[in-house]
Amino acid sequence: MSAPASPPQAQARSKRRPLLSLYSVALTMIVILVLVALAAPLIAPYDPLGQDILQRLKGPSSAHWLGTDQLGRDVLSRIIYGLRSSLSISASAVFVAFLGGSVLGLLAAYYRGWTERIIMRLMDVLFAFPVMLLAIGVIAVMGPGAVPTAAAIAIVYTPIFARLLRGPALVVAESDFVLSARSIGASDLRIILHHILPNLVSVILVQFSLLLSSAILVEASLSFLGLGTQPPTPSLGMMLSEGRNFLFLAPWAAIFSGVAILIVAFALNLFGDALRDDLDPRLRQS
Amino acid sequence: MVFLRRLRGRLIDLAFVIAGVSVLVFGFIRMIPGDAVAIMLGANAEVTPERIAAVRTRLGLDLPIHEQYVAWLSDVLRGDFGVSIWTGKPVIDEIAAHVWPTLQLTLLALATAVILAIPLGILMARLRGRRGEALVQAGSVVGLTVPPFWLGIIMILTLSAVAPGVQMLGYVPFSQDPLGNLARLILPAIALSLPIMANLARLLRSTLLEAMQQDYIRTARAKGVPARRVLYRHALRNALIPFITSVGIMAGYLLGGAIVIEQVFAIPGLGRLILGAIAERNYPLIQATILLVTCSFVFVNFAVDVVYALIDPRISE
Repeated sequence: MSAPASPPQAQARSKRRPLLSLYSVALTMIVILVLVALAAPLIAPYDPLGQDILQRLKGPSSAHWLGTDQLGRDVLSRIIYGLRSSLSISASAVFVAFLGGSVLGLLAAYYRGWTERIIMRLMDVLFAFPVMLLAIGVIAVMGPGAVPTAAAIAIVYTPIFARLLRGPALVVAESDFVLSARSIGASDLRIILHHILPNLVSVILVQFSLLLSSAILVEASLSFLGLGTQPPTPSLGMMLSEGRNFLFLAPWAAIFSGVAILIVAFALNLFGDALRDDLDPRLRQS
Repeated sequence: MVFLRRLRGRLIDLAFVIAGVSVLVFGFIRMIPGDAVAIMLGANAEVTPERIAAVRTRLGLDLPIHEQYVAWLSDVLRGDFGVSIWTGKPVIDEIAAHVWPTLQLTLLALATAVILAIPLGILMARLRGRRGEALVQAGSVVGLTVPPFWLGIIMILTLSAVAPGVQMLGYVPFSQDPLGNLARLILPAIALSLPIMANLARLLRSTLLEAMQQDYIRTARAKGVPARRVLYRHALRNALIPFITSVGIMAGYLLGGAIVIEQVFAIPGLGRLILGAIAERNYPLIQATILLVTCSFVFVNFAVDVVYALIDPRISE
């Protein structure tokens, strides 16, 4: 589940400097991680699938910085590619959840009445399932793999975005500038896209990065269980689970893939956290 | 009165959620693409159309969909969750045989998290505005995001280097060997509890800081109550209310985490059961596990909500 850190509290923030620096640390980390993921084919020192059986289970060395796994594959290269697949699965999942959730949340807030009741009841039902269990259910239906993993995460996070956007959207929908836009004949869609949504960008960005952080962990958990990305495609969770079998011979694969998961999840969570603390206080009251 | 009105509202919510969950879980087997029964029976040479038809009838899959739902629901309400595709035994028995390790692990992790989060949260609140604050904040985010299954592996690795021969894996029932039971569960419980602990400590910190700005705190200070007493008696008591509410929500997270960490420590709990069920496509077992666990999760949160309304004077009076 998303470690939904502390709720937005109205705290008088007297000293902003330390948070801003954490924020820039997090942002720098995210930029580097994304660049590494994007440039994986350019910077990975070896083919992530290339086996070299003579070099199996070797420790970190100048040839293999993070050692090799049970098939002699380079751990660093596999982590770089694993990062790429983790990030792309999680980001597309959270993006789909954002699209679905925001459409539902905005519809509920804008039209009220039965539309709202039905949508929000449905969201309550989805929200009632523990994240891992709903994900396991989706995978039981669709079969293991990267796409079902992304679908499972997207379904689980949709109600979070719907709830998140409905509250502030209700407030904004009643505000003077929306009423005046309506009075000059702006269409519903135009009001939602041009007047309501831009006011919620920072709330969305905070939630997006926090949920992306959680999605990385859920994806890693599912592939650790063998339900996510299937071999031979490298994935961080699967490397951890394979490395576990050689824990006492060659712990590096398990250790370093876990460190990679931690770094990505940490950077995203810290970013969302620092951004939230820095948010416009108007948006904290939801 | 406020309390009763709130209770009624919550009961209505509860009814809707349980009904929705039951429909989704019921629909689950029917959402499997292709013929679920043929898939369940596998690409086995002995699979004949007659056998498929027999299983279909046994599962009630040959009736109209709403009749299937009503039949299924009335079975479930009578405690009949269907039989395992492979063993033919009631799935409820298999769940009962695996639920205790998971439940014990979850509760132990929850207790560890709550017990440690309270002093940690207070400490973090007191560090507010001091020099180390950013570091503490970053540290708490590490706690939030450390994957418990990785932490468990690191623990096994470290402990076996420091104290070789210590039995850390597996499970023995508490009734058989209380000490051995706790000794085996304490490591996974700690690993599992860390994100929750960090989460609860951060929550407590922010609610404490918010409480410290309230009028009643200023009043208490003004009449000369010592700072310590203001913090512990006045601010903490109020800050604990949201803390308690989120403990209920954490239960669901812990349960999911337990499923994963059971694999690391070779604990024969619900995680092993449900993963085995997925591998052998034992859909009735998966269905019953999801239904039972989700419903208990919903009821726990309902209970927490009622308790919350009872202890919060703004609602209970």
